[in-house]
Amino acid sequence: MRLTWLRTPLRIIAWMVYAALSLVIVYGVYRLIQFKGATYFFQALLDGLRLGFVYALIALGYTMVYGIVRLINFAHCDVFMVGAFSSYYAITSYGWGIVPAIILAMVVCIVLNIAIERMAYKPLRNAPRITALISAIGVSFFLEYFTALRFVFGADFLTYKRPFDVVVWNVLGLSISNITVIIVAVTLALLALLLYIINRTKVGKAMRATSQDATAARLMGIDIDRIITLTFGIGAALAGAAGVLYAIAFPQIWTFMGIMPGLKAFIAAVLGGIGNIAGAVLGSLLMGEIEVLTVSFVPFGSRIRDLVAFLVLIIVFLVKPTGILGEPQVEKV
Amino acid sequence: MSDQSVSLLQIDGLTKLFGGLRAVSDFSAGLPEGALHGLIGPNGAGKTTVFNMITGIYVPTEGDIRFDGTSLVGMEPHLITRTGVARTFQNIRLFQDMSVLDNVRVAYHMHAGYNLADAILHLGRFRRQERLQSDRAQEFLAVFNLTNRRDELARNLPYGEQRRLEIARALATKPRLLLLDEPAAGMNPVETDNLMELIHFIRGQFKLTILLIEHQMRVVMGICEWITVMDFGQVIARGTPKEIQSNQRVIEAYLGKRRVRGL
Repeated sequence: MRLTWLRTPLRIIAWMVYAALSLVIVYGVYRLIQFKGATYFFQALLDGLRLGFVYALIALGYTMVYGIVRLINFAHCDVFMVGAFSSYYAITSYGWGIVPAIILAMVVCIVLNIAIERMAYKPLRNAPRITALISAIGVSFFLEYFTALRFVFGADFLTYKRPFDVVVWNVLGLSISNITVIIVAVTLALLALLLYIINRTKVGKAMRATSQDATAARLMGIDIDRIITLTFGIGAALAGAAGVLYAIAFPQIWTFMGIMPGLKAFIAAVLGGIGNIAGAVLGSLLMGEIEVLTVSFVPFGSRIRDLVAFLVLIIVFLVKPTGILGEPQVEKV
Repeated sequence: MSDQSVSLLQIDGLTKLFGGLRAVSDFSAGLPEGALHGLIGPNGAGKTTVFNMITGIYVPTEGDIRFDGTSLVGMEPHLITRTGVARTFQNIRLFQDMSVLDNVRVAYHMHAGYNLADAILHLGRFRRQERLQSDRAQEFLAVFNLTNRRDELARNLPYGEQRRLEIARALATKPRLLLLDEPAAGMNPVETDNLMELIHFIRGQFKLTILLIEHQMRVVMGICEWITVMDFGQVIARGTPKEIQSNQRVIEAYLGKRRVRGL
């Protein structure tokens, strides 16, 4: 680029924007606390965190699959839905506890997502990227409408029966339920396992290598097909767990339940920097907070929460398309 | 030059068409075990395409590639690597955001005796294997004088060290045949000398057969025992460095016909 002289002033402007943004956030928090009281504010923050954790589990699936095959797996949100439904049947029909229900949901989702990859994406691996994307949208619609048939899950809203009684503790004026505890605990445990796999094991290294340069990875003896299968499997396991956690937090399920959380998790992944694991978690927590704070503080907030989510997407695309932690891709010529 | 029974790598009638373009046409070569061969030619002659066919990135339109008696045609790249063929790239393709040590470890990993379930369930065995691998990977780094760089990200290494790391990474896959694609590209004369020494050293140390694409004549003429020259996808000459240097067709290919007549 010839515009190198522009870089330093641009950087200064960027830092000024960041500083201004931080000030606005600090001032905003201060005003919000003044507005409805500290307890109300921190309660909203806590609820946002809880929602953000669920989004994080979904967003990781989007971002990991994107990192390996450069595809937005739009069917991911429906895998999430299938996870919620499989745990629903395990709990209501067979009386399973929460842990086995989560494990079952994870297993069902792994099988489903790997099958989707084999049938809908693998044959298109050498086709233009848009083809696989359209295939993903097709799979998404198929899963939503097929499972809505009467002999599958049905088109009705079902009430999700939690396999435990809700207990609410009062800590420093904040009400913390065991639902929140379960969501945070399960998410943190899965995140720790994921980080361990990615950073410490050989398949994790192989995954990172594949996402950086698939061709070079193959020539180092890495079986790309296995890595792709594994990535879809891990993403699906997280989505399955997320489906159960989402259902115990918002106990009403139907076959289109995946769309909104899925889109928001996708936005979160983009916000954090698609392909970046830490970014997905960060973006998700932000999205959870933004959503709950909107509902808590903005007039008619619960009606415009989705609007705000998409506004975030548009702003990210306009201001920093690579996301918060994403690095600009330098196209080599 | 050598008959099929003693060749480690035997290429016969290799042809690659890209649409109507004959990138490589009827390419044949044989590398005996332990050989150090050079593949030279002007830009676009099809040298890298030959490498891409040997390593399975491209499937040849025609012809056969035999490595130690088994055909590599149609084999998946990662399986070809596992049979003992490794390569480096013209434009360095390290895993830029991984540490130097991890770059080597990834390549070394396919020899690892554990799977994901082991990693999660049997920590003892997993830890032992990991430590063993880490030790072996560091041995490779020591050979290439990269030990003090092991925790740096590959992208932060200076150019010459990136080239060396790429060779180290290729060797970590335990190859018998090493394909080097312009290893001296962009190196200064001192670095080039070191590289030539290094290639000699690793060839003996790891019992390698080496096929080398290179533009710097000093390197090719200095270390190769046998040279194949390509131009427009075809082999136009083969022989010892001495024979190649005085070969009329080679000089024409590099300098152009008119110029040669004028000389």
